[in-house]
Amino acid sequence: MKIRMHRHDDDKIELQMTPMIDIVFQLLIFFVMTFKIVVQEGDFNIKMPLAAQSSAPPIDDTVPPMKLRLTANAAGDLTGIRLNDRGFTNFEELHQHIIGIVGSDQPSFRESAEIEIDSDYQLRYEYVVAAITSVSGYRTPEDDVVKLIERIRFSPPKKAAGS
Amino acid sequence: MTPMIDMTFQLIAFFMVLINFTEADQNARIQLPSSELAKPPDGPMESPIFLHLTKEGTVIVGGDEVPLAAVRANLFLEANVLRARRQSPADATVIIRADKKTPTGDVQQLVQACQEAKFENFALRAKEERGF
Repeated sequence: MKIRMHRHDDDKIELQMTPMIDIVFQLLIFFVMTFKIVVQEGDFNIKMPLAAQSSAPPIDDTVPPMKLRLTANAAGDLTGIRLNDRGFTNFEELHQHIIGIVGSDQPSFRESAEIEIDSDYQLRYEYVVAAITSVSGYRTPEDDVVKLIERIRFSPPKKAAGS
Repeated sequence: MTPMIDMTFQLIAFFMVLINFTEADQNARIQLPSSELAKPPDGPMESPIFLHLTKEGTVIVGGDEVPLAAVRANLFLEANVLRARRQSPADATVIIRADKKTPTGDVQQLVQACQEAKFENFALRAKEERGF
């Protein structure tokens, strides 16, 4: 009888909920506070050894050398886009022109095409990225990336204005 | 009580899965330019070196902020570290995270400084922009 009474007492263990909930809420607050939505980032890969800067001849003579000239005003805004001798008013026009040159179904031509970006010193970098975007490819509605010119290089920097 | 605890654990699990501590390769001061072609890399790069170029013309490399003109010393140091590990600087990828308002000339100078330290592969980082 005595033993039975003892057992009955053991069965009445109550789980302590309050400290557990405290800790759980602490954890929850920690994770909510440190949560940050990160925008996906991507890269444009450029292979540009030092030797290639000294006017290396193009590998394939059939590909015309392309030089993209970007001019800027003193504030760093874009004022002009020229590809070789042809001027463009915006990057969309340039993009369509590049598709016309490189977009033919000749993979070898596409691989050997090379473009040199020659920009004014003070031009804001976002315009250069826009230029690289318009010459290096486009995204189809099916979300595939079609590549145009893969070989991109920069001209040596021009002197900073006023220095 | 039980449904509340269920929900709370669900929330904790959700935030735990989404949290990422990879802030070492990002910098809140840098506002990247956006591009629709900027797709995240498929795999991890070989020996990546992150260079953050601010619009004030300073470079943040390995936690130090140095002026653009003085970055060569840091780059030569990085190149020597690679050589000590029996790797060539030509195999490493220099990831340039430049602010969108940076003058292009600064980016070109940074690229030139990297080339002098024998780096060859560059990745210009941009924000992914979805055009819809």
